[in-house]
Amino acid sequence: MSAQTSAVFSPPSPARSVGRVRRFSKVLQQNRMLLIGLAVLLVVVVSALVGPYFITYEPLRTAPEMKLLPPSLDHPMGTDNFGRDILVRVLYGIRLDLRIAFMVAFTALIVGTLVGTFSGYYRGIIDDVVMRITDVMMAFPSFVLAMAITAMLGNTIPNVVIAIAISYVPYFIRLTRGEVLSAREMGYAEAARCVGNPEWRIMYLHILPNCLTPALVQATLCLGWAILDASGLAFLGLGVRPPIPEGGVLVGEGAQFIISGEWWVSVFPGAVIVLIALGFNLIGDSLRDITAQEER
Amino acid sequence: MSFRRYIARRLALGAITLLGVIVAVFVLTFVLPGDLASLKLGPYATEEGLAVMRAEMGTDKPVPVQFANYVSGLLRGDMGQSWVSGQAVQRDMAQRLPATMELGLAALIIALVVGLVLGIIAAVRRDSVVDQVVRGYAILGASTASFWLALVLIYIFYFRLDWAPPPLGRLDVGMDAPPAITRLYVLDSLLARDWALLRHSLGHLTLPALTLGFIVSAPVTKIVRAAMLDVLHSDFIRTARTIGVPYRTIVIRDGLRNAMIPILTTSGIAFGYLMAGNVLVERIFAWPGIGQYAWTALTTKDFEALRGFILVVAIIYVVINLVIDVLYSVIDPRIRLG
Repeated sequence: MSAQTSAVFSPPSPARSVGRVRRFSKVLQQNRMLLIGLAVLLVVVVSALVGPYFITYEPLRTAPEMKLLPPSLDHPMGTDNFGRDILVRVLYGIRLDLRIAFMVAFTALIVGTLVGTFSGYYRGIIDDVVMRITDVMMAFPSFVLAMAITAMLGNTIPNVVIAIAISYVPYFIRLTRGEVLSAREMGYAEAARCVGNPEWRIMYLHILPNCLTPALVQATLCLGWAILDASGLAFLGLGVRPPIPEGGVLVGEGAQFIISGEWWVSVFPGAVIVLIALGFNLIGDSLRDITAQEER
Repeated sequence: MSFRRYIARRLALGAITLLGVIVAVFVLTFVLPGDLASLKLGPYATEEGLAVMRAEMGTDKPVPVQFANYVSGLLRGDMGQSWVSGQAVQRDMAQRLPATMELGLAALIIALVVGLVLGIIAAVRRDSVVDQVVRGYAILGASTASFWLALVLIYIFYFRLDWAPPPLGRLDVGMDAPPAITRLYVLDSLLARDWALLRHSLGHLTLPALTLGFIVSAPVTKIVRAAMLDVLHSDFIRTARTIGVPYRTIVIRDGLRNAMIPILTTSGIAFGYLMAGNVLVERIFAWPGIGQYAWTALTTKDFEALRGFILVVAIIYVVINLVIDVLYSVIDPRIRLG
C-alpha cells in the first residue's frame, strides 16, 4: 500500500525512461570534471590496492645504508631517513587515508541525516534546540574542533574518525532539515500520514529517502575534506602516528628535510593527498551542479 | 523591524550562542577526557601525585562546582594559568593574537584580490576556456593541503632560490620588533619609517600569507563567480544594457555591488578560519601566533592553555558572524525588514 502511494506521489524519475547506463554515459560526456575526478580516483585506488604486490620493499623495514636516496628507478619516490621506500609507504598510506575518509563521511552522513530529519519533521522546540546546538558546533572551525576532540578523547585512529565526523555533522543536519521542512508538506507525505503510517515510518521511510540527494553530494565533498583534516591532524602528531604510513605522517616525517634539500620525502606523499582530495572535490562539485540543474 | 531592534535581536542570539560555546568548551575539556590529572601525569603517576594534581586543577570537585568555578573565572576575565609559559592564559593569548591577525589579514587581502579578479572574469566569460581554468583553480585550491603547500613553497623560495628568509617566525633572529602601535609588524615598521625592518617583516610574512591566501582564495573565487552570474542574469542588468550603459560599468557598479552579500559572507567565514590560528601553517613557519600556542599546549598537555585557545577562537567566530549580519542589514535594508 505504502509503496504504491509513494510511487503515485513521488515525481517520475527520468532514469526509468532513458535507461540508466545510457544516461550515466551521457552525464559523463557532458561533465568532463566528473570524468576527470573519477579517473583520478580510479588510478589512485587501483594502485593502492594492487601496487604493494608488485613492490618487494616493505613499508616498515628500515635500511640505514639506503637512507635519503633521491628518486630513481629502484625507488621512484626515493627513500626516507630510515632507508624505507617512500612509494610503498605512500601506497599503504592511501589505503589508511581512504578508510578514514569513508568512515568519517559515512558516520557524519548517517548521524546528520537522522537528526536532521527528526528536527525538520517535528519542528517547534525540538528543532529550535537542535538548531542552537548546530550553531554552537559551527562556532568552532572544524579543524580546531576535530583537533580538540582528538586531544581530549585520546590519540587513536577511531577517535580521529569520531572527532572529524562530529565536526562535519552540523552541515548534514542543516542540509537535511531544510529539505525535510518542505518535503513534509508534500502530497506523498500527506498521503502516507492519511493511510495511518506511524510517524517514524513517515519520517524515515517516506520523507528521508526523498531528501537524501544534497546530503549524499555533501558526503562526497566531505571525503575530500576528511583526507585533508585527517592528514593535517596526523602531521601535528594527532591520531595516526609514526611509524604507521599515512599521508600526513609521511609529510611530517619529511618536513625537517625540506630545508636541507631532500624534498622528495615530503613532496610525494603530500602530492598524493592533494590528488585524492582533488578527485573527491571534482566529483562532489560536478554532482552538485548536476543535481542543481535537475531541480530546475 | 527598526534597525535598533534588529541589532538587539542579533546581539541576543549571539549571546545565546556564546553561552552554548562556553558550555561546549567545558564539556569538551573538563568532562569528555575523564580524569585530566592522569592524562597529564601519564601512566606511571602515583595515587598521591594524582590527588595533588586533581586538587590543583580543581577536578576533585563535583562537575557542577567545576562549571561554576570555570564560568565565574571567565566573568572575571580569568582564563586560567598556563603552566608552560607561567602566565595567565588571557595574557598569552593577547600577546599572540597580533601575529595571527597580521598573517590572517595578509592572507585575506591576497584571497580577496585573487578571488574578485578571477571570479568576475570567469562570470563575464561564462563557459569560456578562462572560465574552465578558473573553476579548475578553485577546485585545486579547495583540495590543497596547507601544510604540504607551505613545505613546497619553503623548498622553492628558501632552499632553491633563496628569495625568502628561513621559516623561523616574524623577523630574523636577533632583530627587535618595531615600536608597538598596532602590533602588526608590517604596519608598525611602516609607521616608524624603518624600511629595513619593513623589508624583513614583509619577507617573513610572504610565504605563510601566500600559502593561506591561495587556499582561501578558492572559496572566494567560487562565490564571486556564482554571485556575479546570478546578478548578471537579472532583469535590471538587462535593462541597463539595453539603454546602453557600457558593460564594464555595469559589471563593476551594478553587478559587484549586488553580489556583495554572498561575497561578504564568504570573506567573513574565511577571516574566521584564518583567525582560528592556522595551527599547521603557523607551526611550519614558527609563526608566534595563537595556532602555534595551541600546538605547544597540545604537546605539553597544557589543558588550561588549550581551553583558552578553543574559547577565544569560538568567540572570534561568533563575533565575526555577528558583524557580518549587521553589515548585511546596512548593505541591504530588505534583510532587517523582511
